[in-house]
Amino acid sequence: MCLAIPGKIESISGDDPLSRMGRVNFGGIIKEASLAFVPHAKIGDYVVVHVGFALNTLDEEEAHKVFDYLKGMEDLAALKESSP
Amino acid sequence: MKYLDEYRDAGLARKFAREIHRITTRPWTIMEVCGGQTHAIVKFGIDELLPPRITLIHGPGCPVCVTPVEVIDKALEIAALPNVIFTSFGDMLRVPGSTTDLLSIKAAGHDVRVVYSPLDAIKIAVQNPTKNVVFFGVGFETTAPTTALAVFRAAQLGLNNFSMLISHVLVPPAIEALMSSPNCRVQAFLAAGHVCTVMGFEEYDPLAKKYHVPIVVTGFEPLDILHGILMTVTQLESGRAEVENQYTRSVRREGNQHAQDMLRKVFQTVPRKWRGLGEIPQSGLGLSDVYEMFDAEKKFRLATLPVEEPKECISGLILQGLKKPCDCPAFGTVCTPEHPLGATMVSSEGACAAYYRYRRVTTAEIANIK
Repeated sequence: MCLAIPGKIESISGDDPLSRMGRVNFGGIIKEASLAFVPHAKIGDYVVVHVGFALNTLDEEEAHKVFDYLKGMEDLAALKESSP
Repeated sequence: MKYLDEYRDAGLARKFAREIHRITTRPWTIMEVCGGQTHAIVKFGIDELLPPRITLIHGPGCPVCVTPVEVIDKALEIAALPNVIFTSFGDMLRVPGSTTDLLSIKAAGHDVRVVYSPLDAIKIAVQNPTKNVVFFGVGFETTAPTTALAVFRAAQLGLNNFSMLISHVLVPPAIEALMSSPNCRVQAFLAAGHVCTVMGFEEYDPLAKKYHVPIVVTGFEPLDILHGILMTVTQLESGRAEVENQYTRSVRREGNQHAQDMLRKVFQTVPRKWRGLGEIPQSGLGLSDVYEMFDAEKKFRLATLPVEEPKECISGLILQGLKKPCDCPAFGTVCTPEHPLGATMVSSEGACAAYYRYRRVTTAEIANIK
């Protein structure tokens, strides 16, 4: 039930922080989501959406860390193989 | 970066799996708390990529599964009342109460509606001022801020035809209850990434320390889960027991303060009964006194009736990680997703339903297991 899907904010309507809504694009499917809990979110941000609410904005730099870690693992393995 | 497909790369998943194989020297038992993770693990066959010495056990993090039968019965009672529109997330409709389920109540002609968001229930209440609109508020810390905001909005709008039947639950008290049980086999936890997106992970530090268990906040995609398991096994192998965060793209240490503020405004912590685990102190959220006029249990003056669960169902043991779904004589025979005996077969996030749906085990094999 804690399913939350990442999507990109295409547009924002409303000024009141608690009733601000965003149109969020989930790989082509667009749905409205409340931005009440992400007052800092702006158009173009990726948010993780659960039952019609954005729970947080996603951090692009952090998102790459899994891949950086895998790359680091490969480099380490290569180093071990090449060392006598 | 789309934050989805990138984390499902089979080649990269195998790299993580190889690394987990390389570093594992002893048997370890790890519990994934969240039903969403259970679903992903079984769907993508992640457990089959792991060394046989690593056992994943499926935790109680499925709100549909842990909602007690008494609460389901209350939902059924309210939904069958005249002049009521009962609204709920779709996955609660087939959960068996002691006699029937919400879908059957709907089939009998009562107004039961599936909504996507608690705010949809508010809209229905605004559009139907002469009806009593009730929302079934279940879920963990991920969902609770959204129902809190719905109650807050209802108060702002002065909606006196709106109320909520609430059965919200909290993860840390459940981990505490599992760890303090004498039967506990869990040596480490994958904590639920979306719960921690809301709550942060500071409240897990004392648990990791007290029970000397590594707790790794983990996401939901295959690479996230494998990375989380690798981080967990690395800690176990080196004798560390710390709280670490794998799901850094979504989870910050302090969580989402705006969502937490809304929780504090509307709810208070209460003792809560969990299906399969019994009552756990301070493990639930209920409406605070200021908002009690939105409490459906008080509004409809419901009494708690004692209920009996089907004796052959072992969902309690499964929720504690003491049994696997295939250990149950009813699994796949008298208990199926179409006719579930217990809640772990109802929700797609329940361990039994996930095994039934994705495990490539034939009925003959099930018979052999027994």
